[in-house]
Amino acid sequence: MATTGELFKPDAMEEKGERARMASFIGAMAIADLVKSTLGPKGMDKILQSTGRGHSVTVTNDGATILKSLHVDNPAAKVLVDISKVQDDEVGDGTTSVVVLAGELLREAEKLVALKIHPMTIIAGYRMAAEAARSALEAAVRDNKDDLERFRSDLVNIAMTTLSSKILSQDKVHFSNLAVDAVLRLKGSSNLESIQIIKKCGGALKDSFLDEGFILDKKIGVGQPKRIENAKILVANTAMDTDKVKIYGARVRVDGMTKVAEIEAAEKNKMKNKVEKIIGHGINCFVNRQLIYNFPEELFADAGVMAIEHADFDGIERLALVTGGEITSTFNDPENVKLGHCKLIEEIMIGEDRLIHFSGVALGQACTIVLRGASSHVLDEAERSLHDALCVLVQTVQDSRVIWGGGWPEFLMARRVEELARKTPGKKSLAIDAFATALRAIPTTIADNAGLDSADLVSQLRAAHSEDGCRSGIDVISGEVGDMEKLGIYEAFKVKQAVLMSATEASEMILRVDEIIKCAPRQREDRM
Amino acid sequence: MALAFDEYGRPFIIIRDQETKSRVRGLDAQKANIMAAKAVARVLRTSLGPNGMDKMLQSPDGDVTITNDGATILEQMEIENQIGKLMVELSRSQDYEIGDGTTGVVVLAGALLEQAEVLLERGIHPIRVAEGYEMASKLAVENLTRIGQTFEFSPDNIEPLVQTCMTTLSSKIVGRCKRQLAEIAVKAVLAVADLERSDVNLDLIKVEGKVGGKLEDTELVYGIVVDKDMSHPQMPKEIRDAKIAILTCPFEPPKPKTKHKVDIDSVEKFEALQAAEKSYFNEMVQQCKDAGATLVICQWGFDDEANHLLMHENLPAVRWVGGVELELIAIATGGRIVPRFKELTPEKLGKAGLVREKGFGTTKDRMLYIEQCANSRAVTIFIRGGNKMMIEETKRSLHDALCVARNLIRDKAIVYGGGAAEISCSLAVEAAADKISGVEQYAMRAFADALDMVPMALAENSGLQPINTLTAVKAQQVKEQNPHLGIDCNDVGTNDMREQNVFETLIGKKQQVLLATQVVKMILKIDDVISPSSY
Repeated sequence: MATTGELFKPDAMEEKGERARMASFIGAMAIADLVKSTLGPKGMDKILQSTGRGHSVTVTNDGATILKSLHVDNPAAKVLVDISKVQDDEVGDGTTSVVVLAGELLREAEKLVALKIHPMTIIAGYRMAAEAARSALEAAVRDNKDDLERFRSDLVNIAMTTLSSKILSQDKVHFSNLAVDAVLRLKGSSNLESIQIIKKCGGALKDSFLDEGFILDKKIGVGQPKRIENAKILVANTAMDTDKVKIYGARVRVDGMTKVAEIEAAEKNKMKNKVEKIIGHGINCFVNRQLIYNFPEELFADAGVMAIEHADFDGIERLALVTGGEITSTFNDPENVKLGHCKLIEEIMIGEDRLIHFSGVALGQACTIVLRGASSHVLDEAERSLHDALCVLVQTVQDSRVIWGGGWPEFLMARRVEELARKTPGKKSLAIDAFATALRAIPTTIADNAGLDSADLVSQLRAAHSEDGCRSGIDVISGEVGDMEKLGIYEAFKVKQAVLMSATEASEMILRVDEIIKCAPRQREDRM
Repeated sequence: MALAFDEYGRPFIIIRDQETKSRVRGLDAQKANIMAAKAVARVLRTSLGPNGMDKMLQSPDGDVTITNDGATILEQMEIENQIGKLMVELSRSQDYEIGDGTTGVVVLAGALLEQAEVLLERGIHPIRVAEGYEMASKLAVENLTRIGQTFEFSPDNIEPLVQTCMTTLSSKIVGRCKRQLAEIAVKAVLAVADLERSDVNLDLIKVEGKVGGKLEDTELVYGIVVDKDMSHPQMPKEIRDAKIAILTCPFEPPKPKTKHKVDIDSVEKFEALQAAEKSYFNEMVQQCKDAGATLVICQWGFDDEANHLLMHENLPAVRWVGGVELELIAIATGGRIVPRFKELTPEKLGKAGLVREKGFGTTKDRMLYIEQCANSRAVTIFIRGGNKMMIEETKRSLHDALCVARNLIRDKAIVYGGGAAEISCSLAVEAAADKISGVEQYAMRAFADALDMVPMALAENSGLQPINTLTAVKAQQVKEQNPHLGIDCNDVGTNDMREQNVFETLIGKKQQVLLATQVVKMILKIDDVISPSSY
């Protein structure tokens, strides 16, 4: 028998039908199981060691961070990693839940496939179930937008729920108040950039604080005032070393020492002019993104102007934002330049470091959160946790609908989905039932991670949820079924909805696959 | 026999280095080729139809694509085999020509080859098979024209068009919001269509994607979306009635291309140069201002100083905008691309009703929307979705839908889908076959059988009994003389595709039959494969 050789390149792999489905199921479930143990308030952490130089170590239980650092090879697993990344970008929290739910959906789907149900039927069932679950969730939301006080307490509760699964859970009351204060200052804008987080080693986590002003991690030039009241600030992005000639190809060619001296003097003169122009704006503080040389620094000191050099790009933008000044690069038109204002600039000490503190700024939107902690690992994890909480809060400010947490939404959705299954004729109902089972797996996992008897708790909850208007959920601290409203366990509706929709989407995507073709890896030439 | 002898009995070599080359000849060559082509067709067979499955493809760099678009699967499969590559070309040409039906054409070609193999086994010469196929394909195309119907729509009544696009989208993963996407596609095509000339330039529709959000957030923007933000963070984020200067020169001191040097040898010169430099920036900004521009879009970067001056003069600006986008902006706003500041005049400015910057999610992604343009004939479809794969797949699906809508505007003839057209053609070819004497009769019957494979695959993918379903529909078509009966893939309850609103463009279907036949003929004619052995 004559052959024409292989259809694909050597090294390429092709898997078909059942084998392909199996490969993607297993990959996706492996990823879900990996992060499963981090779910819930009593979830465990993971240590991640990088393969790069230094083998730096990260300790975290943030799903997105764990998955981001994994190098997965299985294509289906990559889909889940992507899903969690998007969840992180869009709503900031629920990154673990989305992966666990998708994994559970696939686990249930695998059983159905084994019963010879066509994947398309499963998908159709899942779609119907997801829609039912979403509308059940939507019907159960509460909105306290108009009542400012209750809205604030909602926010604090949400922040506490988010933080309770993180390293900050010991001081969650402190931190959730901190986060809510910070977010409420934004006044509805979703720009998290104006909340600056500064990490400083030393002290306890509890010593972290929210500062209403703005803190710049820089030093004040030598011999300049260390404290300015009613500061007028010029924020600039300009070269304060030697002003280079920008015209291409220009060079200095002189024929004698005197000429050199003359040009040097001219240069100096030019700088002096520039400084004078800057001072001419009537300022007493000058912040520059670029370096300030000794000579202009000295001139500033003489004029009693505080000069801060090397503020990075973000710092400059934030500073401009909070003080209401504009970022300037030319200084010929002092009347029309908007200067920044603040009541007080002073140098403060945090731990060992000296920082510059701007308080009483014109626009009160920005603020700084200073995190203190025992080690850099703790600080990194604290920052991630706080970031999650801030993201969720910002989302909640925009969409103020909240629901209860602690497994309550899952049980509510499961109940509605099961009702739908009972009404649906045909094989789809099996898939809808499976969806409900998958939803219940999340509270089960939360209970398991806390070392509780999950079978008992889940069945109790299920019974409790057969009645309308039930508020029961798992109280992980006492290990019993509890009233979620009394316990103050709240979640943002937007996060839950995103978890539900993207997990369904991801599992659908993986279910539809019936063939995997892996192309031959690209040959790298530099490696012999 | 690569060795021959000349008249003196000396051997000479016809093929050099024969031992290092593999060579297959005659019937073996044909069979091997058919097998390779069939293997490719088999991969795509399960992706046909509204219930087709997806394929997961991992590229050499490890990126994952999930799709059921025939052209994309074949393109990314990296097929080594020569005949396999022919099949890839086949689906690609269908994609270029029509934009839809890329899976169907490969499945049809595979079925034709499968039937041909049986005929070859019986000892029928490949050329006769090819000729029989040719005759049959002519008949099939005639039949298609006969059963084709005109499709009525007007810009006021876009519903029929939306229905068609929904058929196309229903087989994709985005089927969940097919209605919305179909409407977007139709509106986009109508916005750029030239209904008098019946022509559509799809280049004017830009499809942008950004990860995040829901698929439902996908929107049609009557204007341009650019993945850039204002050059200075404090520039206004929203400009109404913008007059746009579109520049391809940087806000930087000029750099003559010839090599030159500016020598400074005295203090005066040094100072003069400084002053000249400063005036450059002032002049540039002033020229923009004088022309009346309220927004500057530039292909190149800005110097810090220029940036601040622009801000200061209240002249928002966008830098590093790509060439293609720049052209689109120019088309949409009716402006001219200006290569030099000197040439900037008020007439050359583009106009847009609203330019705004929009932020997304928790990351600091921002995009620039240019809307209500002077010439609204350029639109952007802005796709949101769960992840990159989803967006890529949506892009491909939308492209198919756009092509279908375009084809309908170009040519209003349609045939009904769901395998109805294939079954009708199969019946017509089979009836005609009996009237032809000679070996071609066999080939034509084989062609009819191959046409049946398409509805058969559709039924199979939908979880129906393929043979039962096909024979039932076929019998019904003959009985009722109704060419609109097809496979009921979505379990609606009727076989009449007219009621289900499942149809395809006539030109697309014709092209499928013709292209598939052509490639099959080509493959059948190969009787010798010489390939260098791998080293």
